[in-house]
Amino acid sequence: MTWVMQAALSFLAAIGFGVIFNAPRKMLFYCGIVGMAGWLIYSASETVSGDAVKASFLGAFAVALVAHIFAKRFRTPMIVFSVAGIIPLVPGGMAYNAMRHIVENDYTTAISFASKAFMVSGAIAMGLVFAEVSIQLLYRRRSKRRRAT
Amino acid sequence: MSDKEMAIDCCLLAGRLMMEAGAETYRVEDTMDRMAKTQDLAAIHSFVTPTGIILSPGSPHHTKLIRITNRSTDLEKIALVNAVSRKLSTGEYSLEEAYDRLKEIEKANVMFPLWLQIAAAAVASGSFLMLFNGLWQDVAAAVAAGGIGFIVVTFFQELTNVKFFAEFVSALAVALVAFFAIKMGIGIELDKIIIGGVMPLVPGLLITNAVRDLMAGHFMSGLSKGAEAFLTAFAIGAGVALVLSF
Repeated sequence: MTWVMQAALSFLAAIGFGVIFNAPRKMLFYCGIVGMAGWLIYSASETVSGDAVKASFLGAFAVALVAHIFAKRFRTPMIVFSVAGIIPLVPGGMAYNAMRHIVENDYTTAISFASKAFMVSGAIAMGLVFAEVSIQLLYRRRSKRRRAT
Repeated sequence: MSDKEMAIDCCLLAGRLMMEAGAETYRVEDTMDRMAKTQDLAAIHSFVTPTGIILSPGSPHHTKLIRITNRSTDLEKIALVNAVSRKLSTGEYSLEEAYDRLKEIEKANVMFPLWLQIAAAAVASGSFLMLFNGLWQDVAAAVAAGGIGFIVVTFFQELTNVKFFAEFVSALAVALVAFFAIKMGIGIELDKIIIGGVMPLVPGLLITNAVRDLMAGHFMSGLSKGAEAFLTAFAIGAGVALVLSF
């Protein structure tokens, strides 16, 4: 599938989730941008390295970074942007595969899928936190001044 | 009602609204603290969990507790409450104005119309099918499965008020739609259609919030949100598994 296609589809999916989670109307477009950025980074990195864990980390990092920038710019909580962008990275497919193999009594395959899903969730969380820490370091002087007052 | 009492109620109301709308725990505490500080309640301590908020404003005021019973995801509400707290701390709103505004937000229903939500779920399901390397022939089936799954989950949520039952039935519906689509020759890959259709139900927000809370040191909230996410995932898995096992 071409990159343009992937960009368009991830944009659509993120906006869809924006609607389901009732994001503010004016922010829907930016939710889509965040989702697109996250997915493109994830997808590109997965094609290059073939490692879903690494790719999820980078994808989540990109989502949180862009979400933070938008949050600062529009003075809205960051969660408004990050939620829709994170959803495509959540290892729903792996969790499903794990469940499916459990039903088929194939526990060894199920465990390998489940542990991979667990690793990916951890990578997403690390990506989110790393981005937040980087942003905090960037804005350190500003928050210091705020704390002093 | 004295000014201080009103400020305390105002903080609690803001906290409850945000928690009900699915905000992160550390953000709720942060917002409540900020609001309190602007109202000269410096000795405030708050303890926020997904099921209740305890606020201790310090002597001579009484500690207050508020229950949180229903939680959903409403990002607009979070943004609105956040804006009120911001305006209160910059002095743009007086305390009375902020309190009235919060009451308005509590009553207002700002959700998107239901048909649009269903359409969004359907479109998202179709997009996910393609993002996960699905086939173009399966898109129609995934769109139908996602839309029907969302209708079922909203219907049963209102009917029974048991979230996990609604999710279970909804996952069952998604898997059935996918199964019959293949039987009728509309779809080809069962797995991909089900994954696409189930995506609107997946507790992505809960999982991310749970981990965020854990890393911020809010272990109570993190664990309880994690438990909620796990139960949801289990309900979805069980619903799909029931169809697959036949």
